[in-house]
Amino acid sequence: MNRPALIGAAVIAAALIAGGVAASRNARAQDEAPTAQTEISTDPQTIAAGKYLVAAGDCVACHTAPGGAPFAGGTVILTPFGKLVGPNLTPDRATGIGDWTDDQFVRAVKYGIGHNGAHLYPGLPYVYFNEVPRADILKIRAYLATLPPVNNQIVSNQLPFPFDIRFLMAGWNLLYFPDHGDFRPDPSQSAEWNRGAFLVEGLGHCAACHTPKNFFGADRTHREFTGYIVDGNNAPALVNSTSNGLGTWSAGDIATYLKTGHNAYADASGAMSSVIIHSTSNLTLADDHAIAVYLKSLPGPQSAPQPIAATDPAMVAGSHIYADECSACHMTGGTGEPGIIPALKQSPVVNAAKPVTLAHVVLNGGRSVGTQDAPTASAMPAFDGILNDQDVADVLTYVRNSWGNAAPAVTADQVSKLH
Amino acid sequence: MATTLPHKDVAIIGLGWTGSILAYELATAGLDVVAIERGPWRDTATDFPPSWAPDELRYAVHLDLFQRPAQSTVTMRNNIKQTALPVRKFGSFIPGNGLGGAGVHWNGMTYRNMETDFNWRTHNEQRYGKNALPEDMTSQDWPITFQELEPFFDQFEKLAGISGKAGNLNGQIQPGGNPFEGPRSAEYPTPPDKQPFGATLYAQAAEGMGLHPFPIPSANLSQPYTNPLGVAMGQCTYCGFCDFFGCGNYAKASAQTCVMPALVRQKNFTARMNANVTKINLDSTGKKATGVTYVDDSGQEFIQPADLVLVCAFSFNCVHLLLLSGIGQPYDPVSNTGVVGKNYAYQCTSSVNIKLPGKILNPFISGGAVGMALFDYNGDNFDHTGLGFIGGGVLQAAHTGGKPLTQLVSFPGTPSWGSGWKKATKENYQIGYSLGTQGAVQSYRDAYLDLDPTYRDPYGSPLLRMTFDWHPNELKMSQYITGKLAEIGKAMGGTEIFATPAKAPYTVIPYQTTHNTGGAITGTNPTNSVVNKYMQSWDVPNVFVFGAAVFPQNGGFNPTGNVGALAYWGAHAIKTQYLKNPGPLVQA
Amino acid sequence: MPGRSWQRRQFLISSISFLAVSASGASAADFDPRQWSAGWNHMPSQVVPGGWTFFSPEEAAIVEALADRLIPADDLSPGGREAGIAVYIDRQLSGPFGNDTGLYLQPPFVDGLPGQGPQSPLTPAQRYRKSLAALDQYCKNGNLGKGFADLDGAAQDQLIAAMEAGTLALQGVNGKAFFQMLWQNTKEGFFADPIYGGNVNMAGWKMIGFPGARYDYRDWIERHNEPFPLPPVGLADHPDWANNVTQG
Repeated sequence: MNRPALIGAAVIAAALIAGGVAASRNARAQDEAPTAQTEISTDPQTIAAGKYLVAAGDCVACHTAPGGAPFAGGTVILTPFGKLVGPNLTPDRATGIGDWTDDQFVRAVKYGIGHNGAHLYPGLPYVYFNEVPRADILKIRAYLATLPPVNNQIVSNQLPFPFDIRFLMAGWNLLYFPDHGDFRPDPSQSAEWNRGAFLVEGLGHCAACHTPKNFFGADRTHREFTGYIVDGNNAPALVNSTSNGLGTWSAGDIATYLKTGHNAYADASGAMSSVIIHSTSNLTLADDHAIAVYLKSLPGPQSAPQPIAATDPAMVAGSHIYADECSACHMTGGTGEPGIIPALKQSPVVNAAKPVTLAHVVLNGGRSVGTQDAPTASAMPAFDGILNDQDVADVLTYVRNSWGNAAPAVTADQVSKLH
Repeated sequence: MATTLPHKDVAIIGLGWTGSILAYELATAGLDVVAIERGPWRDTATDFPPSWAPDELRYAVHLDLFQRPAQSTVTMRNNIKQTALPVRKFGSFIPGNGLGGAGVHWNGMTYRNMETDFNWRTHNEQRYGKNALPEDMTSQDWPITFQELEPFFDQFEKLAGISGKAGNLNGQIQPGGNPFEGPRSAEYPTPPDKQPFGATLYAQAAEGMGLHPFPIPSANLSQPYTNPLGVAMGQCTYCGFCDFFGCGNYAKASAQTCVMPALVRQKNFTARMNANVTKINLDSTGKKATGVTYVDDSGQEFIQPADLVLVCAFSFNCVHLLLLSGIGQPYDPVSNTGVVGKNYAYQCTSSVNIKLPGKILNPFISGGAVGMALFDYNGDNFDHTGLGFIGGGVLQAAHTGGKPLTQLVSFPGTPSWGSGWKKATKENYQIGYSLGTQGAVQSYRDAYLDLDPTYRDPYGSPLLRMTFDWHPNELKMSQYITGKLAEIGKAMGGTEIFATPAKAPYTVIPYQTTHNTGGAITGTNPTNSVVNKYMQSWDVPNVFVFGAAVFPQNGGFNPTGNVGALAYWGAHAIKTQYLKNPGPLVQA
Repeated sequence: MPGRSWQRRQFLISSISFLAVSASGASAADFDPRQWSAGWNHMPSQVVPGGWTFFSPEEAAIVEALADRLIPADDLSPGGREAGIAVYIDRQLSGPFGNDTGLYLQPPFVDGLPGQGPQSPLTPAQRYRKSLAALDQYCKNGNLGKGFADLDGAAQDQLIAAMEAGTLALQGVNGKAFFQMLWQNTKEGFFADPIYGGNVNMAGWKMIGFPGARYDYRDWIERHNEPFPLPPVGLADHPDWANNVTQG
């Protein structure tokens, strides 16, 4: 039996057992909601606040298709279980959310219950949005209601059988969706830390990419923010570790990165470019700094593994490749050049357990993000066809074990699978 | 049948240094700007990354980044008695092509006119008498002063991140800089480049002779830098693949490195690449431009209407366009009437090759503007009484690389092939060093640009014809300053000093420099110039011309510092004066 | 369900190139330089020796002989044949260089002054064809009685020197002009990057001590009067990259 089928069977079983529990939670969600209202605020401050919260939540990423009308849906989200499509959030009454009540909207965002009572898939990260207060969700609604209505009928659920059975989510939720309630500040922490925690754990849903997932696709909560692989690329560790995380970055460095896409050590590219452009660069620097303060508080492994010896043949070959092809930009010491060339030294992307992004970037190149504050958008050239798989493996092994880095060697075989 | 496109506020012809600067300045001022560039887009990581940039054959010999003569070239003759023939393969000068133009593959030496370069005629006549300039020498004063242009020199240097050491800071002479420069308001944005061995030997020898060497102001940046547009640049690696090459490190200032990342974010800016402007269109009065006509790669013709047309192509290509478009009266040297094409000038270069036996020079470690220079024999910085010429040139130790096909240092008497050639080439490689001068070229009545009667370009337009030769002033000047350079070579301990001052006639091979100037010169009134002090056409006030075509004559150093400053100066005039009140900015 | 892999929605890293270099304003296909084409590679193709793409076997024999006299084998370096010079020239003549691609080839073609630059309507490919034939004819028909490639080295040297001086009476060919082109191409075949077929094993670069396609000398620029210790590398020629680990 293959894995998706195994998962399907397990979840069906859990769902049948837990069906009653889930149904009762559903009822609880409805009981907790005050009487349904359908009058959406038109107060400009509320709307502006809602727009800001939409930036924090990066809703554009799933609800605005490339080249499409704002929030009219259509973005394809591929999962190992099949395809989901982001729905239409414009006020269109027929195909958008124009005829939803406030309760329905809040229930969807906070509890993953669709407006017709069926379960939503965690493609909508309600697991994280669960702790966002109702009042904030309604501000988001107020902003969305100002958008031009767009008639765009979306069929969200395009998963194959049996995963298209929404009721299965009841079981999954039982196992993996504890109801935390609204975000509660920790009185032993500063206001700034709490603001950061609120943003990261809630609307920011950073863990969706940066926390490893279990067999069923749920967070491994005991290894939060230690990195994950998304769409074949590393979402690196964000914990405060120098061997694998943001240990070398100060809170100020993190804030600058979120605000501009660049700092002295790194230049955002790939999927994070989108997050920078649509989300974090639109937050205030104070909020970006709060996120940074929270991330810096996350403990990570402090003991560094042993790097591979410099005399290892792969390291020797890699050192020559690096000197000939890489050092002109990344520097002999792997320090990069601030704002234009990323540092390789103590970089979480370089130290990731599985170096998929490293290999992709070396093979295909890529362009870093350009933002208002940091427009350069420097690019890495492609080396596919210039370095063979063994060369790529050797130089990656070298880079991953130099200048304080220590990570498993890379083989030519691994590289060959990443073309 | 030409397609007429939607109107734009500004059409910019050419997307090199000046086109990019003006596009940014005007787009950020709220105007709708389209730039139309003959060549392709250029991007560092996809066009010349370190993985294939260091290829001498492709770039320095086969000229891969340059304009192809088949796209456009010029015809050349020394004087009016000869028949001009096409430059079928570029040699003496090689125009750039594509985004960034020649600024992509330049060396990066970035000087400013000295104060006396601006009032050049007046100054020389005052010092040496009314006959200082011979009758056929048409050099004239610029209508601008150093003080007026100073803030814009500064603005360009900050855009590019120029590495250097100030010699005159607000009137105070600074040790280690160029004491002959005009008073600067600020130090250079980055410190001087590190110097290779040969340049330091030159500087030591020159200092010992009481001369004033200084590090060449360099667009090969000494350290990472972020310019006022927020664009980041990298650090020069002294790779020795500079002139003729794109920089793979984001370390050589150029339009695509310094301006484009900020420019492409402007929503009201668009670029049309691989689009060749064939004409600036005028209305029925002939005094107003209505836009431009261009032809794309597939041969389709388009009309781009615009309220303002900025001619920002390579210098003599600007003059070509003015002539083809009927803007201004073409210059006729016989009747001495007209102005468009007049005062074409160039750069008079020479070299002194020396051997430094026993030294290890490692010539391959260098950069395009990495070296030491001195201005003691430049401009009017020395007494010309009795010498029989005016002007001078920069004396430089700028051995910019050790590439074996184009940069070997030659000496007479070397066997020309065979084992003897091999032995000499090997022995000379580490000890041969090349010093150089870049001398001023005055303007003359018989040195000019016009339209060729015989040869045409792919669009059927006549090619530009260049009539140019060295004159006695330049030959004497070159003889003199080359002699001075040879003295420094001797003081360095050089043996076998091989000096080659400029010799007539001017030839279109081999490569000398791409410092072609003039033809659309700036001046005080329509009888002595094509554009006014703000680079605005006297005849068609909604056309401005930028680049070295506006120089009334050429000074003794590289022109790009002036070119960049004039672009900012013109942008400022357009933004603060012209846009508020379109029309002539100077009353003729 | 959140899975192990989400497809990113934004197209900033898309390999779809909307490199709209068309200048056609009608579709407003104005260039967007922020796109990225994955794997864009402008490295020249490595020339592989073996066979001739332009020269006939007879022509190739003459060019190899010429290369071996112009750059003879001695203790300083291998000779021109071993250095791949004829292979280099052969590949160049069947490409853009050989066909004057990009040059201005509009008539009328008029002999000009030397200072007005080359004015010949003949391409390098045509000139090699004619000149090699004329040289060989000269050798066979004259009192030498043999083709150029079959002469001894001293005789070949004499002929080359005469061509260089302009005193060799070749039929319908300017020997001096041919020598200049040949010598230029020979030097290219000795000193250009090995990717073009010449400078085999970087022989030319090793002779003079040019480190080749290296790009970063920041650690060396202020080490004045010190020998540079690293061997040369080419665009596709890096002997020190070989990983000697035997893969299990």
